[in-house]
Amino acid sequence: MSAPGIVVAGLRKRYGATLALDGMSFTVRPGVVTGFVGPNGAGKSTTMRVILGLDAVDEGTALIEGKPYHSLRHPLSHVGSLLDAAALHPSRSARNHLLWLAHSQGLAARRVDQVIEQVGLTSAARRKAGGYSLGMRQRLGIAAALLGDPPVIMLDEPFNGMDPDGIIWMRGFLRSLAAQGRAVLVSSHLMSEVQDTAAHLVVAGRGKAIADAGVADLIAAASGGRVALRTTAGAHAMRVLAHAGATVAATGRDTITVSGLPADRIVMLLSESAVPFSEVSAHRATLEDVYQELTREAVEFRAATPTEVPR
Amino acid sequence: MTPTVTPYRSGRPVGRDGFFQLLHAEWTKFRTVPGWVTGVVVAALMVVLVALLAGVSSNQKGSPPVPIGPGGEPVTDSFYFVHQPLAGNGSITVSVPALRSSIPTGPADLRPGIVPWAKAGLIIKQSTRQGSPYAAIMVTGSHGVRMQDNYVHDTAGLPGSVSAASVRRLRLDRSGDAITGYASADGRHWTKVGTVHVRGLGPTAQGGLFVASPPSVHGMGTRGSVSTAVFEDLRTHGRWAGGIWTGDQVGRKSPSFAGYPQNTSGSFTGSDGSFTVTGAGDIAPAVRETLPTGGTLKDILTGTFAALIAVIVVGALYITTEYRKNLIHLTLAAAPRRSRVLVAKAVVLGVVTFVAGLAGAVVAAPLGTWLARANGVYVFPVASSTELRVALGTGALLATASILALAVGTIFRHSAGAVTTVIVAIVLPYLLIANPFMPASVSDWLTRVTPAAAFAVQQTLVPYHQVTSIYTPYNGYYPLAPWAGLAVLAGYATVSLAVAAALLRRRDA
Repeated sequence: MSAPGIVVAGLRKRYGATLALDGMSFTVRPGVVTGFVGPNGAGKSTTMRVILGLDAVDEGTALIEGKPYHSLRHPLSHVGSLLDAAALHPSRSARNHLLWLAHSQGLAARRVDQVIEQVGLTSAARRKAGGYSLGMRQRLGIAAALLGDPPVIMLDEPFNGMDPDGIIWMRGFLRSLAAQGRAVLVSSHLMSEVQDTAAHLVVAGRGKAIADAGVADLIAAASGGRVALRTTAGAHAMRVLAHAGATVAATGRDTITVSGLPADRIVMLLSESAVPFSEVSAHRATLEDVYQELTREAVEFRAATPTEVPR
Repeated sequence: MTPTVTPYRSGRPVGRDGFFQLLHAEWTKFRTVPGWVTGVVVAALMVVLVALLAGVSSNQKGSPPVPIGPGGEPVTDSFYFVHQPLAGNGSITVSVPALRSSIPTGPADLRPGIVPWAKAGLIIKQSTRQGSPYAAIMVTGSHGVRMQDNYVHDTAGLPGSVSAASVRRLRLDRSGDAITGYASADGRHWTKVGTVHVRGLGPTAQGGLFVASPPSVHGMGTRGSVSTAVFEDLRTHGRWAGGIWTGDQVGRKSPSFAGYPQNTSGSFTGSDGSFTVTGAGDIAPAVRETLPTGGTLKDILTGTFAALIAVIVVGALYITTEYRKNLIHLTLAAAPRRSRVLVAKAVVLGVVTFVAGLAGAVVAAPLGTWLARANGVYVFPVASSTELRVALGTGALLATASILALAVGTIFRHSAGAVTTVIVAIVLPYLLIANPFMPASVSDWLTRVTPAAAFAVQQTLVPYHQVTSIYTPYNGYYPLAPWAGLAVLAGYATVSLAVAAALLRRRDA
């Protein structure tokens, strides 16, 4: 059996003086939603176009289930994608938009009606797509991606323009697709959008993946085994703990962050020294913190660079 | 963390893969954009509408009938005829020592000149009725001795012009419906020029001497000429009526004869076998210049021009809209073999616009012709095979032009640029040749090398070597044969399509 999911290895692409991709590598595995995050211009969209064979690279490979996109005979039954929800002919109805796509893959009109129902557009299917809101266009784009019932799904900024209900629907929908065993890659420039959906994250910056790990691992690494301590006797507590070899820092009026000691040892030390405390908890970094940390360098670089990455 | 998951496998059967699916997809794309379907329907309607307008707006009721030859074609049959009846078989012989022509250079200012197809000789003709069958042998202004019959047939005889030092002797024999012409330079050695079979001469035909002098071409116009010939040693054998010769102007008033130059007229003088005959006009097929009020199938199908603009716009938009809306990403993701996408688009567009052009022409041609004729307009007749060629050619013209627009649209990825380029390439040369003051050499060049050469596919007029005239595209005569003209446009379309395919493959989408 061929390798599942998407494997991107060492993509390098230059547009004139701008290096759009600089060794982008990551893997999208089946069964989970992989978030593809990073600031605008980090190379997310370019990478997706390369995966779909739309843009050529100077170096590197992008494989779908172990095969280059060009060699796929029914591409849409291998990978469904949504790059741009506005990519529609405005005077063609939504159903007809899906119909030509279905015909190109040898699929029947019946399949079109199935995916329309799946994304909840049945009542609007015969209306001109030009009159659709951005949220409806996103749903139509998802329908197009599902048309070939592919094991790999790739969506570029699918939350754009969606209302809160739509975002909740989209999150659930993406999770259900992954639960069916599909490999799902979802890009976003806002970490908050993929926060509760993705189990795996690829963080892009300056044309390469600066992180490619599970969400739990990333948070653990960012938390760094720190413990948050709430106490009214801050100075006393810091003395006791520093003496025991911990690194301590006051982070608020009543809060202290401790690293270098596990939580149970801290509780024991404080009790022995009769330091009052009201709460001891593992400090938990948010994904947003992780993201900020990882992309800070990339954003600074971008701000200092006058040339914009095209598209 | 690599959870053990079973990768998703679709239970759906995999559809067929191939070019047919792409064609199906592109056809679905085309038919589901109302604007494109409307554009193509409008193209067909424009062809019909303009034909209706051309037919309805023309009014030539009461104009004299155009003489029609035995083959059904319009003819010029206006000449000076010195004749008597020939009741059955017989022969006639004559010497021609002189044929001189005059051309007006101003009002009442007649100067000697050369009229290449001035004709003087012997003729046996069913009657003096215009368009009646005949056979004749003659000397000409600069094409030597010729034998001609029934207006369109022409056989060369002795070369050289006639003069007192180079007298030409001519002979015509009738035997049933076979007429044989002979020529001699010395009166002893006779050369047979040809035998022709002329049906419908009847038991009693008219035979004798004739002089004709067709209009002389000067730049972009013609001037009526007049010619005088000297005949000697006129002899007849067989069932001739004998006695007096009668002089008549055949076809004095005719749409295909502009009349004699000012202060001249047809005449004959002489007796005892020597005559001097003056005449004007021609015995020949009519061409556009000699029948300026006549219409052609191409005139009726002028709406093709408007249809062309419509299909060029649709052809360009068929691809440029995909670029404008980024829809091309979806198209190429669905079909990574990009050249096949372009070919599928070209096939769908070509078939649709071909059908529109064909349908428009099939309705417009008979309808417009019928209306024009009902309003007294003479329409140059065409064989049904020619009418079929024009209808198919109109469809092919629209199809090829729209495919060219598709290819240019793929190269430019921009509607306005593509539409402008193709319209300039096809329509501008067409407008230039539609200008009557365009020099013939320029028109000729434009209709050989530019995409406008394709309009040749609608031409129905045939130039005749034995008729000096203005055979320009403006008059409906194209330098290239119908399908050769279309092939020029097809060449442009094919090259553009190849360039477009190469760029489509090479460029990032």
